[in-house]
Amino acid sequence: MSALVFTLRNAPAQRVDAGALNPTALAGLSVADIAALTLQIGKRTVRVDEVFTLEGDDTADLVFRGDCGKFERIGAGMKSGRVTVEGNAGAYVGQGMLGGTIAISGNAGAFCATGMKGGRIEVAGDVAEFAGGAIPGEMKGMAGGLLLVGGNAGERLGDRMRRGQILVSGNAGDYCGARMIAGTIAVAGTVGAYPGYLMKRGTLIVNSLPTQMLPGMVDCGPHRLGFLSLLYASWKGLPGAFGALDASACTVRRYMGDMGVVGRGELLVRA
Amino acid sequence: MIINGVAIDDTFAEAFGMRGIRLIITAYNETWALNSANAMTGFATSVIACGAEAGIERVLSPAETPDGRPGVSVLVFAVSSKELIKQIERRVGQCVLTSPTSAIFAGLDEGDPVPLGKTLRYFGDGFQTSKQIGGKRYWRVPVMDGEFLVQDTARMVKAVGGGNFLVLADTQVQALEACEAAIREMRKLPEVVMPFPGGVVRSGSKVGSKYKALSASTNDAFCPTLRGATKSELDERIGAVLEIVIDGLTDASVKKAMEVGMREVCKIGAAGGIRRLSAGNYGGKLGQFQYHLREILS
Repeated sequence: MSALVFTLRNAPAQRVDAGALNPTALAGLSVADIAALTLQIGKRTVRVDEVFTLEGDDTADLVFRGDCGKFERIGAGMKSGRVTVEGNAGAYVGQGMLGGTIAISGNAGAFCATGMKGGRIEVAGDVAEFAGGAIPGEMKGMAGGLLLVGGNAGERLGDRMRRGQILVSGNAGDYCGARMIAGTIAVAGTVGAYPGYLMKRGTLIVNSLPTQMLPGMVDCGPHRLGFLSLLYASWKGLPGAFGALDASACTVRRYMGDMGVVGRGELLVRA
Repeated sequence: MIINGVAIDDTFAEAFGMRGIRLIITAYNETWALNSANAMTGFATSVIACGAEAGIERVLSPAETPDGRPGVSVLVFAVSSKELIKQIERRVGQCVLTSPTSAIFAGLDEGDPVPLGKTLRYFGDGFQTSKQIGGKRYWRVPVMDGEFLVQDTARMVKAVGGGNFLVLADTQVQALEACEAAIREMRKLPEVVMPFPGGVVRSGSKVGSKYKALSASTNDAFCPTLRGATKSELDERIGAVLEIVIDGLTDASVKKAMEVGMREVCKIGAAGGIRRLSAGNYGGKLGQFQYHLREILS
């Protein structure tokens, strides 16, 4: 069996919900069945094979080729398998995903990994705002799994994040970890203004202090935190800036906050 | 059966099903890991009055521990799951949480759950935080020297307690030196501990007593000073008897430890004053495991 490849015929003008094209939903379907599935583009209902040419037959290993920046919810709800996007992906990548892997060679749109509960999403490029964050109306954002970002992350990274890990090799925008409930976010580059805004619990790991710090983040001084050695060891071998951290270098400056709310969150600035 | 002049009795050690757990204690250096481990496994020679039997399995290098610091692997055994859970909570709470720089982790991945940080976290008075790393939950409890890192849950397995053999020698010193040699080799083995002081016990017991309040009393048949006065198991040459008791995570590990220990004693042989090897049992009526000495050494 070879990977089932969806090659985009023409980039659509409107956004398309591609949530149904994931390994879990397609399991057991023949290529002909998949070709006959329909997608909604604006007010038009079109067959999958009108949008993509299909090649290969392994529904557990899907590949999207072409600029899929208009395709949303890629890999949403998948429980296992692999989805590869050779190019950009739209918003809501891996929404509610439970397991498996999504790899995107380009950039991903807003709300990447929202509601994700397990598995791994690797974005080689940038992610837009609210990656790992909660969509309007939801009480929590990412709730498990791992989001790896090779480039930069937009504003409100990990907004209302509940569990899981987000590792950003580039920079993160303003309000990183806003309203965070729990989980771990690490940023290798710079973070924008006011990280940890209204965060209750959870951990933000950064390499340098943000330019603008919330008054609700209080300085607790430099400390060696043993759990970091376990965390760094668990990241060993990951692509990006966090795969080669020295597990014994776990001294950080600890800020707790946001004292405007529960105040059990922390911003750790690596020494 | 005679090995190097040492007569091997045609008898067996009788051992019991227990619940066992392995925990890994780490610290800033080996000294402090050992301080904590020694305290935690202290007063744990026999379940009769200690609640648990415990010992240090081995010292671990930084590369072998979850947090990359020097560590010690300890084994703890108790007669029931409930008792083991109680003992772990008390011992970890009083001897590991309290010990400077310490952290503690589960040493077994499979088995029934035993709360570790799950209950100890409340010491943090609301300042404790948890982290899930690699599918395992850990608790960070703020303490006066930083943070006490403790895994949420450890795992216990069905184990074996009470494997044993008796060393019968001409003199007390000869029996002791033979046991010391045996313990040195046995401590190199995984999955077993010898819970008595220095691994050796001198007060072997029999079931029952003339005193109603006692369920066990001195094994007079093996007491050399009673040789003429009781139905003794000792002939006129035997001046002292010492016992090595073994608790292990598996049947095979106990058997292996008995073999290694007995072979070491036999190396000293009759020339070193070792006359016989025997074992303690209850007629095969009480324990689930029997270790026949001749079978093990054949």
